[in-house]
Amino acid sequence: MAITREEVLHVARLARLALSDADADRLREQLGDLLEYMKQLDGLDTSGVVPTSHAVEMGTPFREDTVLPFGDPEAILSNAPDREDGFFRVPRIIED
Amino acid sequence: MEFEAVIGLEVHAQLLTESKIFCSCSAKFGAPPNENTCPVCTGMPGVLPVLNRKAVECAIRTALATSCSVQRKSVFARKNYFYPDLPKAYQISQYELPLALGGHIDIELPGGTKRIGITRIHMEEDAGKLVHEGEFAGAQASLADLNRCSVPLMEIVSEPDMRTPEEGGAYLRRLHDILVYLEVCDGNMEEGSFRCDANVSVRPKGREGFGTKAELKNMNSFRNVEKALEYEIRRQVELIEDGGSVVQETRLWDANAGVTLSMRRKEEAHDYRYFPDPDLLPLLVADEWVEELRKTIPELPAEKVARLSAGYGIPRYDAGILASSRALADFFEAAAALYRGNPKTTANECIHWKDVILSGRLSPGTIAHAVEDRESGTISATASKKLVELVLETGKPIRALRDEQGLTQLSDASALDAIVDRVIAASPKEVESYRGGKAGLLSYFVGQVMKESRGKANPKVVQETLKRKLG
Repeated sequence: MAITREEVLHVARLARLALSDADADRLREQLGDLLEYMKQLDGLDTSGVVPTSHAVEMGTPFREDTVLPFGDPEAILSNAPDREDGFFRVPRIIED
Repeated sequence: MEFEAVIGLEVHAQLLTESKIFCSCSAKFGAPPNENTCPVCTGMPGVLPVLNRKAVECAIRTALATSCSVQRKSVFARKNYFYPDLPKAYQISQYELPLALGGHIDIELPGGTKRIGITRIHMEEDAGKLVHEGEFAGAQASLADLNRCSVPLMEIVSEPDMRTPEEGGAYLRRLHDILVYLEVCDGNMEEGSFRCDANVSVRPKGREGFGTKAELKNMNSFRNVEKALEYEIRRQVELIEDGGSVVQETRLWDANAGVTLSMRRKEEAHDYRYFPDPDLLPLLVADEWVEELRKTIPELPAEKVARLSAGYGIPRYDAGILASSRALADFFEAAAALYRGNPKTTANECIHWKDVILSGRLSPGTIAHAVEDRESGTISATASKKLVELVLETGKPIRALRDEQGLTQLSDASALDAIVDRVIAASPKEVESYRGGKAGLLSYFVGQVMKESRGKANPKVVQETLKRKLG
C-alpha cells in the first residue's frame, strides 16, 4: 500500500481538513493510485541527473528596490471576514 | 562532574531595503496597520513574487564579509504552516539550497581570538504581526497587521562553536557590528531588525557528542541573550545532576522573571513540508556580480580595531569602543586629523561624548579644538568639558565660547609670577612651615593662587612656579 490511512489523516490535519471515515478511505485509495503511478519513475536511472526544481532554463528575474505603494489598503481589507481599526480581526490563537 | 555548554546561534536580520523582498510595498517600520500591503504580500490568488535585487546584494555582501562561499545557484522553497500572520499559509524561504555556505567570524575574548563557524546564510520573507486584543486570558480575537509580511530577512546560522554565554554575546555583537558596517541591516534589536534564537545543550566536559538541545527564543538584547543562556545552561546541568534528562523543545525567555519557559507545541506544527516554490525560478548569481560586490565591502570592525590601535597608538580596548560604530570611528579619525597632538586624549573625548556624537550634535572640530586647547594648557580639563556642554546648548563655535566665557586659563609663567609673589608675601607663617619641612602646605598655596586668579590659573604651572619660588 503506497499510503496509510494514518498518513492521509495526518496530511488532512496539516491542511486543516476534516475528513469523514468514508472520505479518508476514498482519498487513501486515490492518493495511493497516484503514488503507484509516480512509482514508475523509480525504474529510471537518475544517478547523473541534477535535481530539477523548475522546467525553465533561466534564473529568477529581479526587480529594482523601488517603493510603489499599492495605494488601496481598503481593497485589501475588504476581503477580511472581520476587521477592526485597520487590522484583520482573527480568532484568538490557542497555542496549547 | 564538570559540564560544558554547546551553543549555536541563529540570527534573523532585516535587510536594509526600501521595498519588500517580493513586491514593491514599503518595508519601513511604523506605518499604520496594513498600510504597506498589496495583493502579493497578502497572498491574493494569481499574484507572482518578483525578487528584490538589493535584498540579494545585501545577503551576498554579508556572505562575503563573513568568508562564506556564495552559491551560484540557490532555490527558494515554501515552508508551509497555518498562522494568521502568514496570509499565504507558507513562508518563502531557502531550505536545501541556501544562498551561502561555510564561513566564519573571529571574536575577541579576554584570552584571545576565537573563530566561530557560520554554517549557512539564507534569504527569506518575514511574517506579519499579531496584536492580541486585550491583555487578559479571555480575549476572543487577535488583530493582524500585515505590514511586515514579506519584509526581507536573512538568517545567519552559526556552527555550535560557542561554549559560554560570553562567547555567545561576543559573537552576536561582532556579527551585529559587521551587518551595521555593511549597511545591510539597521541593527535595531528593539524593533526586531536583528533577532536571535539560540540552540543550547550541555555535555560532560571532554565528551565529543552533543546532549539534547533546547531552542531559546524571545531575547531582544545582547544582555538578555547572555542571561537566557546562563539560565538555560544552569537549568540543564541541574536537571541532569538530579537524574533527569533534557527534553528537546522550544523555550521562551521571560526577561522579567529571568527564566526560560517551555513553549508547548504539538510536534506536527514542525511538519513544514518544504518544497521548491514553483513561482520563483532559482536564484542564479554570476561570479562577476559577486566580484563587483566584493569591491563594496568596507573595512570591517576587526580590521578597524587593529588599524586604529596600531596607527594612533591607542589601547585596543579604546579602539574597540571607537570601532563599535563606523560613525564614531570616522568621527575620531576626523578629529585626530584636525589635531594630531595626542590621539589618546582625542579617543578618550570621543568615548566620553559617544552618545552625543552618534546623535550628530557635535563636529570633529569641536573635539579637536577642545583637546588642542587642553593639551596646550589654554583651558583646564574642567573648562574643556564645560565648553563642550556649552557648544551643545548654544551651537556656537567652541573657541568663541572659550573667549566669551573667559575660560582660558593663565599658563603664562610671567603672568602667574605676580600672583604667586603676592600669595607668598601674604603668608609668611606658612612659608616658614613649608620651608621647615611641611611639604603638604603646597596645596594650601596652590589653593590661594587659584582663588586669587579666580580659578583661571593653570594648576600645573602654578605648582611648578610655587615650587621654584618656595624651593
